[in-house]
Amino acid sequence: MSSSVESLVNKEYKYGFVTDIESDMAPKGLSEDIVRFISARKHEPEWLLDWRLKAYRGWVKMTEPHEWPNIRYQPVDYQNLRYYSAPKTGKPFGSLDEVDPKLLETYEKLGIPLSEQKILAGVAVDAIFDSVSVGTTYKAKLAEQGIIFCSFGEAVQEHPELVRKYLGSVVPASDNFFAALNAAVFSDGSFVYIPKGVRCPMELSTYFRINTAETGQFERTLIVAEAGAHVSYLEGCTAPKRDENQLHAAVVELVALEGATIKYSTVQNWYAGDEKGRGGIYNFVTKRGKCAGANSKISWTQVETGSAITWKYPSVILQGDNSVGEFYSVAVVNGHQQADTGTKMIHLGKNTRSTIVSKGISAGQGQNSYRGLVKVLPKAAGARNYTQCDSMLIGNRCGAHTFPYIDVQNSSSSVEHEASTAKIGEDQIFYLKQRGLNTENAISMIVNGFCKEVFKELPMEFAVEAQKLLGISLEGSVG
Amino acid sequence: MSETLLQETDARAGAAIAEGPDWLEAVRRAAAERFAQTGFPGSRDEEWRFTPIGPIAQGVWRAAPTASAGVTREQLAPFTFGHPEWNTLVFVNGLYSEALSTASALPAGVVVSSLAEALRSDGALLERHLTRHAPAEGSPFTAVNTASFREGGVVHVPANVDLDQPVHLLFVSTAAAGGSVTHPRNLIVVERGARASVIESYVTLAPGQSYWSNPVTEVSAGAGSWLEHTRIQRESEAAYHVGLTHVDQQRDSHYRSFSMAMGAALARHNLHVRLNDENVETLMYGLYLTRGEQVADNHTAIFHDHPNCRSWEVYKGVLDDRSRAVFNGKVFVTPEAQKTDAKQTNRNLLLSDSAKVNTKPQLEIFADDVKCTHGATVGRLDSAALFYARSRGVPAAAAERLLTYAFAAEVIDEVALPPVREELDRLVLERLETGV
Repeated sequence: MSSSVESLVNKEYKYGFVTDIESDMAPKGLSEDIVRFISARKHEPEWLLDWRLKAYRGWVKMTEPHEWPNIRYQPVDYQNLRYYSAPKTGKPFGSLDEVDPKLLETYEKLGIPLSEQKILAGVAVDAIFDSVSVGTTYKAKLAEQGIIFCSFGEAVQEHPELVRKYLGSVVPASDNFFAALNAAVFSDGSFVYIPKGVRCPMELSTYFRINTAETGQFERTLIVAEAGAHVSYLEGCTAPKRDENQLHAAVVELVALEGATIKYSTVQNWYAGDEKGRGGIYNFVTKRGKCAGANSKISWTQVETGSAITWKYPSVILQGDNSVGEFYSVAVVNGHQQADTGTKMIHLGKNTRSTIVSKGISAGQGQNSYRGLVKVLPKAAGARNYTQCDSMLIGNRCGAHTFPYIDVQNSSSSVEHEASTAKIGEDQIFYLKQRGLNTENAISMIVNGFCKEVFKELPMEFAVEAQKLLGISLEGSVG
Repeated sequence: MSETLLQETDARAGAAIAEGPDWLEAVRRAAAERFAQTGFPGSRDEEWRFTPIGPIAQGVWRAAPTASAGVTREQLAPFTFGHPEWNTLVFVNGLYSEALSTASALPAGVVVSSLAEALRSDGALLERHLTRHAPAEGSPFTAVNTASFREGGVVHVPANVDLDQPVHLLFVSTAAAGGSVTHPRNLIVVERGARASVIESYVTLAPGQSYWSNPVTEVSAGAGSWLEHTRIQRESEAAYHVGLTHVDQQRDSHYRSFSMAMGAALARHNLHVRLNDENVETLMYGLYLTRGEQVADNHTAIFHDHPNCRSWEVYKGVLDDRSRAVFNGKVFVTPEAQKTDAKQTNRNLLLSDSAKVNTKPQLEIFADDVKCTHGATVGRLDSAALFYARSRGVPAAAAERLLTYAFAAEVIDEVALPPVREELDRLVLERLETGV
């Protein structure tokens, strides 16, 4: 292939810079004292500390899942990580006027201006830097309608009853190894509460940034939509380039009550490691939503282009009758990236429906696995599921794997699963080149066409971003 | 390896290192040691997660009775596809019965014989193939079989021979089999350019008896060969059946398998096909009909190790009452296996509200220029089709039978031998008449 392609292979990860800011850090290592340290730093009530400690004690007894996921990595030394790091500003966070200009600059550089004059109209942002939220935009405007959108830490202080009611109700602290770790040491995250019947007037979003070396990020997001409420939420993430691996173990819980709709979109662009597979983020995330009420709907859309390793299965528990779960995913692996991702749809209620569309693209020496579970329980009469899971391979040093589990315990339900693997055809590239496109653009167009079903689920700004990201992730992978 | 440990573990599994030539004894010993180390798989073993093997693992199984069970040819007539003249090897409770078997004229060089006989007369062929295709490390059940098999069928078709008549390996259990285990071991070798059709049946004369069959069949399909392999499992509905078929295919060969499972309380069949060279074609069809509390488990694995090969798989199941089906189909495509064309389908029809399905079609692909698809469905009869039939005056029960039969017939139609196809058709219709 041409030399221009060669140069593109070595293209810099453009978010790989480090912000030089002094941080208030916990000492390295993990113990009950660290859990207490984090809880104390955040002035948490007793019940929350107890919840954390219980999770920690459970975690100590758990073993890291190494056998079943289709990913290979050096064991993480949990004692060699910092579990808390907050930029030192001397001022409380929350109000944007008082945020350290260095932080604002960082977000400017990432393309997320936090000052409300410059911000994209119609998107409210909660900016999380290492372990803390540095600011949330449009808070007051949203509050007019009774919507709560703030950092998790703030929610614990100001709305403890809501947090206490829903925290761990979808992803219990004992759920799995990484969820337990998160429950013990989670630092910040976003909290969203949409009151009954309210349609959130703008997109809510959280932007996660890991900055400090040797830290892990353990945020926790909780979104509650009361009866008839509607919200669309986006998250984005980046991290500096470093030679060592950093751990990101987040938990996201969604609760949709009767007739509520939650749409959750992710564009994940953590640092993926260098061309030799050094460094990059270990993205071990537990995301789950519960359609608790009848006629509720939870929709996950994810575009996973970054991280050295991705291990996440955004799931939906379809408890309310007629509830709907959706999962749209594009996962791209290039270089030495590994992804083991998919979803679980648990059909409990009558006439529940779920749709899964998963597109996996493997290039370089990347390994991409789709792992999914569709479970229909005996009481879920009339349940329906449609799953489509397509893979595209670019080159023959990469791999695509599918592990779809289908458990049906009800004869009136209908479950369909389809999967295919294809390549970018020489004839397709030839056709587009003949129409005047260069190879890169031709490939980009074909890949975008392959992912179109997922991209159309993304909010507009994100869709544009995702298409660009996909282009960057795959640059240099053909030829 | 302590002898006592080996004996203790194996005695319960009815295993004892059986005799044989020196090379085989070494293999058997290694297999026995292997099993002594691993024991039966647990529920956390991914390969066995959905297979309730508890009754086998916890049971105490005696060796099958050696006395002749007084079976007559008339009793076997229903199992011979209306062609008693076909070459048939009959095994009663695991033991070869020369009196019940049929040996018709065979082309020169073709061997159809019991394993014990073949070990005596075809030592070189067996040393080349027996236990070489299905290694004991593959599964604890294969290890037990390898350590203890005594009998089975051997079919050897030399190069360029067209075996115009099928060969039938018929395993019959009788009332005397209660509480016993058999480990049949079959070997089918079809050399370069040869053509054959082999049927393997597991049937019972004593429905309701509980016993355990643990057969392993090894198949070697030479370059340019053509082999149809039909496996019919109609064990007692109180019995346990855990079987493995391992196939090695060479260049330009065509292997087609049909696997029918309708018997046994727990029936597990693993079908592994390795494509050892280019331009190989593999067809795998399966049908399972379950009722009562039966569990039918099919695990298939196809290894695309070389370019330009095609595999096509369709497994279908009809589940009634509180029965359960498990399906796991794996397709592996190595980086060298460019231009692979693989398709895998699993469809399940639930006739009752209490029936359950666990299906997992799995693809593992490492090559980019391939066409691989899989699909799985679980559902019930199409209500529009039922309505249509009823609006034409077909009673509801008959319409259901008709549609169910049509669902199953799609795979039965792929059986190439007409008498076998007709018999399978009849079996399905009979089950639907009495079972639905």
